[in-house]
Amino acid sequence: MTTLLNMENIVKSFSGITVLKNINLTVNQGEVVALLGENGAGKSTLMKIIAGVHRPTSGSIYIKGKEVTILNPKHSQELKISIIHQEFNLITDLTIAENIFLGREKRKFSGVIDWKLMHKETKKVLQKVGIDHLPAEKFISDCSVAERQLIEIAKALSFDSEILIMDEPTATLNDKETQTLLNLMDNLRKNGLGIIFITHRLEEVSQVADRIVVLRDGEYIGSEKVKHVTKDKMVSMMVGRDIQDLFPARSEASNDVVLEVNNVSVKNRLHNISFNVHKGEVLGVAGLLGSGKTDLSKALFGLYQLQQGSVKLFGQEIMTPKEAIDAGISLVTDDRKGEGLILDLSVYENILLPFYRKMTKTGILKKSRMDQIVDKWVKNLQVKVHHSSVEVGTLSGGNQQKVVLGKWLQMNPKLLILNEPTRGIDIGAKTEIYKIIKDLTNEGISILLISSEMPELLGMAHRIIVLHEGEISGELSSKEATQEKIFNYATGGETVGEND
Amino acid sequence: MEKTTSKDNKQKWINLLLVLDKYRVLLIFVALLIVASLLSDAFLTTSNLFNVFRQVSIIAIMSVGMTLVIITAGIDLSVGSVMAFSGAVLAGIITAGIPLPIAIIACILVGIVLGIFNGFIVAKGKVPAFIATLAVMVIARGMTLVFTQGNPIVVSDTSFRFIGAGTIFGVPFPIVLMIVIYIIMYWVLKHTTFGRYLYAIGGNEEASRLAGISVDRVKIAVYALAGFFASVSALIYTSRLMSAQPNAGAGMELDAIAAVIIGGTRLSGGRGAVTGTLIGALIMGVLDNILNLTNVSPFYQDIAKGLVILAAVLIDSKLANLKK
Repeated sequence: MTTLLNMENIVKSFSGITVLKNINLTVNQGEVVALLGENGAGKSTLMKIIAGVHRPTSGSIYIKGKEVTILNPKHSQELKISIIHQEFNLITDLTIAENIFLGREKRKFSGVIDWKLMHKETKKVLQKVGIDHLPAEKFISDCSVAERQLIEIAKALSFDSEILIMDEPTATLNDKETQTLLNLMDNLRKNGLGIIFITHRLEEVSQVADRIVVLRDGEYIGSEKVKHVTKDKMVSMMVGRDIQDLFPARSEASNDVVLEVNNVSVKNRLHNISFNVHKGEVLGVAGLLGSGKTDLSKALFGLYQLQQGSVKLFGQEIMTPKEAIDAGISLVTDDRKGEGLILDLSVYENILLPFYRKMTKTGILKKSRMDQIVDKWVKNLQVKVHHSSVEVGTLSGGNQQKVVLGKWLQMNPKLLILNEPTRGIDIGAKTEIYKIIKDLTNEGISILLISSEMPELLGMAHRIIVLHEGEISGELSSKEATQEKIFNYATGGETVGEND
Repeated sequence: MEKTTSKDNKQKWINLLLVLDKYRVLLIFVALLIVASLLSDAFLTTSNLFNVFRQVSIIAIMSVGMTLVIITAGIDLSVGSVMAFSGAVLAGIITAGIPLPIAIIACILVGIVLGIFNGFIVAKGKVPAFIATLAVMVIARGMTLVFTQGNPIVVSDTSFRFIGAGTIFGVPFPIVLMIVIYIIMYWVLKHTTFGRYLYAIGGNEEASRLAGISVDRVKIAVYALAGFFASVSALIYTSRLMSAQPNAGAGMELDAIAAVIIGGTRLSGGRGAVTGTLIGALIMGVLDNILNLTNVSPFYQDIAKGLVILAAVLIDSKLANLKK
């Protein structure tokens, strides 16, 4: 078995702050290595070193036993390393074929593209990832998230990569798509690739990985064969302590109606949606990608024009985001970077953004009051940041999510809509967020929990409604809910099986 | 061992550069002042400096509005024409014998109304700011030509001269006005909700909307302010010449944009400050002045200005890379 990649004693510091201390990582041919660690543990920095984005401050990198200095991303690619980032690097206005061969288009002669050959080659690589039913001239913008993921992998394979790095590839996929991807990884391994797999879902680790490498706070904790470690052991290696219960016990919800959604329809998105949310209740919303979960959250927040029906909080009708906020609805969107935060602004300003309006009638802001509010939330939510003036874009995912939560909790919501609140967040931050949810319900705040992670819904929600193609296809109480039943409703009430 | 010390040294240099980065516009300005005073004895005299500042005041005031617009990730190409039209209205009303205060109010109103029009098309019509304000730029220029019939409108009311040529405690009035405006707008950007919303919208419009900010209203207000400041510039400009010119302010929108960019405000929005813009405008003013004092042909002056803009932007992108 050849060792493809060997990193020894990698140290990296930025302006004097050490973020990686003596990290070791090896990847062998035909091996899937799961790189585990909480957000901020240093996984991304380590990957950026392999990708040639950063150079290590000290330490050595060997590719197939030969010491190398990875100069830049292009060099990394030449060393047969490919990275599939969390945010895809596909150009949405170009076709699949153009994306796969971007910068190295097949040519008839200098400068003239040989479309026929390019489409043929594209078919070949798409076949390797099992999506050769997609036409090569299809635009990326018309492809689903899962398809884009596979196209990224196909692109990596077209470079004859030997080392494949996948940064949370399953974060945005549903269960079925995830399974397809894991099977594909297994196939690639059999073909001799070395894969570094970053994920927060430990079930996937047990299923597909051969070995784990754990980082914590920039330090190398250890490497173990997956066969020899339990999930609990993985977690305690990651967080440095034991986590007993992921989900806190549910508290009793009252029968008072807080939110009343009556026969709501939004053109092409939602059809005849009706439900209530009670005081102190966690109402789970399940559904596959494209089932209308996100549309529902936006409709409740007054972002869509309703074709019919009404959304009422304590009897007051909601038509615009401003009305929603003033009535007591807060929306934590699933798109942290696009909708939740202003990445260039500080933690400070992001926390205060929706509250500015409430702080002052004259429009003049008072610094002492602002400092007080920001300090409170940074402390309460344990946001890991050395100063609140730091740009929020430089924080890890979990800490960014806490900033989003902080800014909405400051608004004193009566109903908090959480859309995928734990997506891309490590297990430590997850349990913290679950605890926050539970504390909020104790205070009588109602939660609409939209999630594609079934264990989360089963563990947290009092009731679960399931969406399918913009309609409610079923409702389950926490007692009767199981993964199978949810999946059944989510696929349109058919028996579980083929449903494309 | 040696290797690490050289690395430490490099780090120190980078840290120093980052500190300098914060004040780089100011440093460039100071360097320019030193060079200018070495090149010409006439430069560091009170009368010359007042002259530079007075000339700069027109573009500097216009650039305040441009800074606000650019922070929201917009642009306003119409300010030069808006200045021309509001100046023409001003001169027209004064020559009609209507009292000065009314003429001034009318001039300002013209600026605000055209600004609101810009803002409305951008915010509600969802037209890219570049296109919307380009159209208004052409329209306002046309309106100026119609209003003036292509001829200058000469103002003879000498009390109007004060705005451009008067002094307060020995300091020329335009300079006082410029400084007051900059102090107020510096404060507004830092300490009011409106100011903070500009950065938020420029940084991420969608997230701002979801935070309950009335994005459209803020945008309309920003373009209204840009129009307002263009018409304030018109007051000074018209008073300096004691006439309204049909081609006044042509190309001035580009000078204003240049001042904003040299001042370190990011063209794609979300970042910037009026202090930088003021220095940006001063850099261009001093550059003009010293090239005049040393008798450089005006044809070369434009080339020099262009090179300074390029240098400022290049330094910006280099430093941005260093920070990574």
